[in-house]
Amino acid sequence: MGLWLCTGRFGYYSGMGNIVSILREKQFDAIIVGGGGAGLRASLELSSSGYHVAVVSKVFPTRSHTVAAQGGINAALGNVEGEDDWRWHMYDTTLGSDFLGDQDAIEYMCKHAPDTVLELEKMGMPFSRDENGKIYQRAFGGQTRHYGKEFSVHRTCAASDRTGHAMLHTLYQQNIRAKTQFLTEWYAIDLVKSESGKVCGVIAIEMKTGDLYFLNAKVTVLATGGAGKIFKSTTNAYTCTGDGLGMVYRAGLPLQDMEMWQFHPTGIANVGVLISEGARGEGGYLTNSEGERFMQRYAPQYKDLACRDVVSRCSAIEIREGRGCGPNKDYVLLNISHLGEEIILKRLPGITDLARTFAGVDPLKEPIPVVPTCHYMMGGIPTNPQAQVIDVQKGKDQVVPGLYAAGECASVSVHGANRLGANSLLDIVVFGRAAGKHIKGLLDNGYEQETVDQGALNRSMSRYQRWMDNKAGPSYSELRLRLQNLMQKDFGVFRTKEAMQEGLDGLIAIRHEMQNATISDHSKAFNTALIEALELDNMIEVAYATALGALHREESRGAHSRIDFPNRDDKHWHAHLITYTDGRVAKRAVNMKPHEMDPIKLKERDK
Amino acid sequence: MQVTIYRYNPDFDQKPTYKMYDVDTSKVHGIMLLDVLEYIKANLDDSLAFRRSCGGGVCGSDGININGKNSLACITPFKELPEKVTLRPLPGMPIIRDLIVNLDQFYTQYNSVKPYLQTHSNPEKEHIQSIEQRDKLDGLYECILCACCSSSCPSFWWNPDKFVGPAGLLAAARFILDSRDEEKESRLKDLDDLYRLYRCRSIMNCTTVCPKGLNPNAAISKIRDEMIKSKTTCTEPHHEHD
Repeated sequence: MGLWLCTGRFGYYSGMGNIVSILREKQFDAIIVGGGGAGLRASLELSSSGYHVAVVSKVFPTRSHTVAAQGGINAALGNVEGEDDWRWHMYDTTLGSDFLGDQDAIEYMCKHAPDTVLELEKMGMPFSRDENGKIYQRAFGGQTRHYGKEFSVHRTCAASDRTGHAMLHTLYQQNIRAKTQFLTEWYAIDLVKSESGKVCGVIAIEMKTGDLYFLNAKVTVLATGGAGKIFKSTTNAYTCTGDGLGMVYRAGLPLQDMEMWQFHPTGIANVGVLISEGARGEGGYLTNSEGERFMQRYAPQYKDLACRDVVSRCSAIEIREGRGCGPNKDYVLLNISHLGEEIILKRLPGITDLARTFAGVDPLKEPIPVVPTCHYMMGGIPTNPQAQVIDVQKGKDQVVPGLYAAGECASVSVHGANRLGANSLLDIVVFGRAAGKHIKGLLDNGYEQETVDQGALNRSMSRYQRWMDNKAGPSYSELRLRLQNLMQKDFGVFRTKEAMQEGLDGLIAIRHEMQNATISDHSKAFNTALIEALELDNMIEVAYATALGALHREESRGAHSRIDFPNRDDKHWHAHLITYTDGRVAKRAVNMKPHEMDPIKLKERDK
Repeated sequence: MQVTIYRYNPDFDQKPTYKMYDVDTSKVHGIMLLDVLEYIKANLDDSLAFRRSCGGGVCGSDGININGKNSLACITPFKELPEKVTLRPLPGMPIIRDLIVNLDQFYTQYNSVKPYLQTHSNPEKEHIQSIEQRDKLDGLYECILCACCSSSCPSFWWNPDKFVGPAGLLAAARFILDSRDEEKESRLKDLDDLYRLYRCRSIMNCTTVCPKGLNPNAAISKIRDEMIKSKTTCTEPHHEHD
């Protein structure tokens, strides 16, 4: 049922004359898709300014995955050392990114970090405290002072080991105060574009009733988070399915640096639950089957607080070379028991619970079995530092009118090829706020909506109709499992051309089969099979973009480690990779022009 | 493992039914009850509806009633359950479909306590709060709004529109006891009501079921203490003249 005929705005009929769906309409100044940290920070900025804004979220906002962040949020407050500088934070972030981060964006983030964090404290975020009553700061990976000269710094502001939970609840609470409108348990299906290419809102489904809506908005913000569920083993929530990325791809826009996936060194073995880097920040360390603190060998200066890509690779090598622990020698051990009960229960109570529940070990007495586990997507929807989405036309950046993206779904890019721990909570609030402020400026100047033609609405609903119509074919859950196993096998910590080519071929086959895939439940009320199927459409696009980028980038940089191209190759590959849904791949220049300091020049990363 | 699940689809069911699923747990990927539910949905019946998100006990999505007791499916190891398990939606809440309940009333009560910091001062940097002052928030701020407590509370079943309930009162205590908040008196005044606070009869179901090990009952006692302190302060002059 490819074609939609219509009678007026609200009635939609199939070619056979039967009503297939009624499309209702709601109008807003701005809609924000996603109720995690980035979305809620953006909505707060706009509803506090009196604009008619709605947050569209497929889960109640405090269920968003920001809630699971543990360790903290970086800001050069200098509460411990008495001296810190956002420029040092910028240096660390740039080196951490293996120079794939855009220096204008990194500068913006690090410079605004202290203000942003203090603002959260004033909103009521329950940060832990130091002896002076200031925000407690802990050590985290990849951080130095004086541009890599001093290896002891406490820059990570923490609320125990529940920083994401404390932040997300605080932001939600502030949105209650600001009377933000929430469309809770609504699922955005696709963007709606006007003929001129302006984004005019989304088609969304109200899950409780199954009713379809055109959410017509002057501005649309995508804050849909990550997509770690494309891997079999991940620390990510079930809901991290890359919805915004799929929407952007289908709208003909590019994704950037999708080959860059962070594997967190300390996911609990076999269950994929995260143990915070804060555990090592507080003094924990990794050991192999010989009891050796192996990170001292690989990274004599940073040791266990080397960047995550480095630590994950080292753990993977230890396991590969037969020094893994346990009956199958397939994990390493994270030791924290030496920190003592008082520190552990005060600073790391959440992960203590998780270790007991999911690993069955008591970290007060025994080490925790951990393996590198898919954790974070550095790539995403390309944006500028105002969070405006970028398309690339004839090699030049073009702002996509009416569309913003912030948080993990965006690639602004502050994380480049590897994100520093505790920079993700910072990213979401800094760029959520930046999006809000920029949109406010736009609306203040009378930004207007464009009219949308029927064809655009029909196109955006076709995906919904496909799932409702398909009656015979493979089940969505079978294809999802195949996708996850394939990504785990062919696009993990170490990559080769052969495996990735096989992986890409497999993905193309799955993508083809998706056209006939089915759900057996076609009812309307809270149809979670339908939602999962729609999510799978997005996951396959994210996986495809990952495969394209990973095969194309013939070097090793940050999280992208190729056995066949083991070195970083700045001459050929110091560039973003953008890919499109039709398979096109192109390079885009990395920004090396910060405004307030000299650019950080390309060099080898310290160890 | 025999899992019997409450089923109801408003699209076509006149009344709810129970459906039994025979699950070979050796095929389940994972160790938690949520993994069993995921297995059923992916392999046996995709029409089964339940909420879930983080899978690690922090988002609060998958509160359900497991053999009569509310808990989170994602942190309930299925090996610790008996061979026969019955799953129902959280009690006392309107049912949308299967294991999914309507939590509007629960959220409305949460919102009613103004669960956000209210201050009139604007320090140059952060508010200064001592470690001891911050310690008072421990056991209060960690709530994940899973609704296991309020939906096991007979007082909340009876008066969901008037009684704030354990989760909402836990949130109220979190702000009343926050040294930074400057609206303690108005918060206490708002709760000084036969229903809003005093419908709590210390039945303790909330504390028994809380999957995060929090103690809403103790939090409510703290609010009562603060209420008494606040009233004693106000009426003190009278006592002196007596």
